[in-house]
Amino acid sequence: MKLSVPKESLPTEKRVAISPGNVAALMKLGYQVAVQSGAGEQANFTDELYEEAGAILIDDSSPLWGEADLLLKINPPTDEEVTLFKEGATLISFAYPARNEKLLQSLGERKVNWLAMDCVPRISRAQSMDALSSMANVAGYRAVVEASHAFGRFFTGQITAAGKVPPAKVLVIGAGVAGLAAIGAARNMGAIVRAFDTRPAVKEEVKSLGGEFLMLDFEEEGAGSGGYAKVMSKEFIDAEMKLFAEQAEEVDIIITTAMIPGKKSPVLITGDMVKSMKHGSVIVDLAAEGGGNCELTEPGKLKIVHGVTILGYSDLPSRLASQSSRLYGNNLVKLVNVLGNTENFTINQEDEIIRGALVLDQGEISWPPPKVEVSVQVQKPKGPSVVKPIVEKKSIFSPGVMLGGLCVLLLALGWKGESEFLDQLTVFVLSCFVGYMVVWNVSPSLHTPLMSVTNAISGIIVIGGMLFVSGSNPWIAGVAIFLATINIAGGFLVTHRMLKMFRKE
Amino acid sequence: MTEGLITMAYLVSGVFFVLSLGGLSKQETARKGNKYGILGMALAIAATFLSGEVENFKLLIPLMLGGAFIGGVLAKRVEMTSMPELVAILHSFVGAAAVLVGLASFLDPSHAELSETDQLIHDIEILLGVFIGGVTFTGSVIAFGKLRGSLSGKPLLLPGRHMINLGMLGASIWLGAQFVEQGHDQALVSLLIVMGISFVLGVHLIVAIGGADMPVVVSMLNSYSGWAAAAAGFMLKNDLLIITGALVGSSGAILSYIMCKAMNRSLANVIFGGFGTGGGSSSTNSEIEGTITETNADEVAEELKEAKEVMIVPGYGMAVAQAQHVVKDITETLRGQDVNVRFAIHPVAGRLPGHMNVLLAEANVPYDIVFEMDEINDDLPEVDVLLVVGANDIVNPSALEDSSSPIAGMPVIEAWNAKSVVALKRSMAAGYSGVENPLYFKDNTNMLFGDAKDTLSAVFSKLG
Repeated sequence: MKLSVPKESLPTEKRVAISPGNVAALMKLGYQVAVQSGAGEQANFTDELYEEAGAILIDDSSPLWGEADLLLKINPPTDEEVTLFKEGATLISFAYPARNEKLLQSLGERKVNWLAMDCVPRISRAQSMDALSSMANVAGYRAVVEASHAFGRFFTGQITAAGKVPPAKVLVIGAGVAGLAAIGAARNMGAIVRAFDTRPAVKEEVKSLGGEFLMLDFEEEGAGSGGYAKVMSKEFIDAEMKLFAEQAEEVDIIITTAMIPGKKSPVLITGDMVKSMKHGSVIVDLAAEGGGNCELTEPGKLKIVHGVTILGYSDLPSRLASQSSRLYGNNLVKLVNVLGNTENFTINQEDEIIRGALVLDQGEISWPPPKVEVSVQVQKPKGPSVVKPIVEKKSIFSPGVMLGGLCVLLLALGWKGESEFLDQLTVFVLSCFVGYMVVWNVSPSLHTPLMSVTNAISGIIVIGGMLFVSGSNPWIAGVAIFLATINIAGGFLVTHRMLKMFRKE
Repeated sequence: MTEGLITMAYLVSGVFFVLSLGGLSKQETARKGNKYGILGMALAIAATFLSGEVENFKLLIPLMLGGAFIGGVLAKRVEMTSMPELVAILHSFVGAAAVLVGLASFLDPSHAELSETDQLIHDIEILLGVFIGGVTFTGSVIAFGKLRGSLSGKPLLLPGRHMINLGMLGASIWLGAQFVEQGHDQALVSLLIVMGISFVLGVHLIVAIGGADMPVVVSMLNSYSGWAAAAAGFMLKNDLLIITGALVGSSGAILSYIMCKAMNRSLANVIFGGFGTGGGSSSTNSEIEGTITETNADEVAEELKEAKEVMIVPGYGMAVAQAQHVVKDITETLRGQDVNVRFAIHPVAGRLPGHMNVLLAEANVPYDIVFEMDEINDDLPEVDVLLVVGANDIVNPSALEDSSSPIAGMPVIEAWNAKSVVALKRSMAAGYSGVENPLYFKDNTNMLFGDAKDTLSAVFSKLG
């Protein structure tokens, strides 16, 4: 089967669907991999790299598209590209079916199967194919880089000969994948990072990255399905806005990431708040594509209002093209793996992942998929915090009972026994206690030598044999002596050998 | 030598034995401890030689020399990976010797000359010595077979096996009661039957125990061999044997207790229960979510090069693959590059208490970078790369997270807390306990499949 990776045709797009590192994995599945010349140019993957990895380079679009059984892309195809498809081919790319209905229809006429990377269900098994998360991660990181570029100061606080530099204060709104990546990046650059999210469950994650989690004095659980936050009540939003207004006066950089799938992004930073910010502050609006979280955001553009730089770039992943292409390529390969190798290539609709991602089935529109239960990550009990205390089993061998039993036994023996036996018993019981005390001190790393040494000294039974070897049955005693000496010699020598190996640095 | 001198010599060698065990408390004094043991033993044997009670040197000396020779050869030749087998077979020798000494004591003419109460006590002592010795003997032979792999490691569970065991014990007690009443010749038959039963019981008890419970079994047999020696001491009225037997017996008992604690099981559960067959349906209701991510030697080598803190968790698989030497090579290379490499040892890793420590020592890994589970668990979040080499159940998170799991409550090395985990494994088969290991499905875990020695050698060659 032929697999093609075309050059992305959008002028602003620098990414490519797979990196040279992915070629081998695809070939292992049986595909003949073709890459359009120059496809990876802007992501720093030269044609030679693809060729070395085993891919064929094709320059002309029409054979590249027309002969391909499987096409790997990032963006949905343009109207022009739709005409190039072979009938019955399979396409994997972002699809955004909600806003691309016309495209779905025109591709449907070509009887194409279309798996949408943005529709892969957010279940644990599909985490490795979650390109939205990969891209959000890149976007979050890049947002901080863009912010620091536009910001006129250091992120980290310093005390220099030329004076003290205070650290920058960053507010991240929404601690999803992008938000967390932004928190991590900003922390690493030395800024003071605060984060807000409607889902209190992410507090731990924010903290683990070194951020400070802002709490609202308000009870409402904000976790919705599929790992996204849900829309909150009016009262909650009022309290939230008050918090943002307070923070806006204080912080230097605001990064907003609040997106609600398929809906217009909520406005969280009003024009007044922007006005209240210090001159030179920066807002990076990652939700620009959906209208923006800031009232004044202009999608795709850089804008300076009231001395505040507002960045509404919607192509942040593409601005870090090499990294995003690598991650996207890895996500793609995982999804292609689910389809099986070329010999038993199937689009198995029984598979939850495939069913979720499939937006065109032989040209039929199969979106949205039927509702399936989606596992919500944040609600899953995590870590040892949920460990139920394991009930100690009550044993009849508790120390008290044992000691009591021993006393009774000894008393009974003392009542009945004769003195020589009792002398021996005294020795025996005392030795048991001595052994008990001594052996507890043995270091666990020396337990094996302990066993071999006890092995050797239990060879003391040789004395028993020696006492009878002159008696009426010398051979019985003789065998005992023989075996016991093996023990003595073997035990001590092997212990010696082992202990010699233990060395300190 | 007078009797008083001999008693004092025995006393001194008893003290030496205590010092010997005491010496093992620290690495620094351990070798001295072993020397004390040798000294004590030499003194005891010498005193017995000179006691005047021993004749027949023509038989005695060649036997002792032969035994010492064979013991020496065994000790020299044994691979450190086969230490469990050696220990098991040595236990069986003590058991067998105890049986034989019991028989010899019974057949000795002096036995018939004892007064009635003395004889009763002596008979009971013989009976106990033979019985414990017999169980130790055959039990250790079976354990030896299981450890070597000549016998299947799977527990063999006969129907009604508890009843069979109880029946054998009852029969022995009844026969024992007959034995003390009977005249000399009949009593010998009873004694031999008891001996036979104890042999069968030893076999039956140990075949029912699975391969990975061997650390407990071996320490238990260690304890039995001590008790057998103590019983022989009682019957010979020899304090040194009693002291030594008691020392060894309690040492083995403590080891068994430690091992059981480390598996969160009771001793009774190990001795009488084939694992997971007791009552619990091994629950699979909590299905594991996530996928397995495979990695390769190149990537692991890269990861190791970039790490600052590396932790290695060895398991029985390392011993099987004989991978300890290449583990050491990797350790040394990384330490040369200022990577802090440490080892985390679970008490039941391997087939013998402390087995992993010995293997690492053999490979020349310094013992001060080898840590116990309890010392190290809190440090794990700081670890950049954690290598699991042939271990499974001892790093299984379901022991802590899933209360319905058969290994619930077992203390484990919390490997998943490390930043990145690489698990070396031959295949995806479940561990000994048959429990799936969710560790392999975690996001920060990568699997490196293949024989640990081969894969690690590949990693090592990429490190240089």
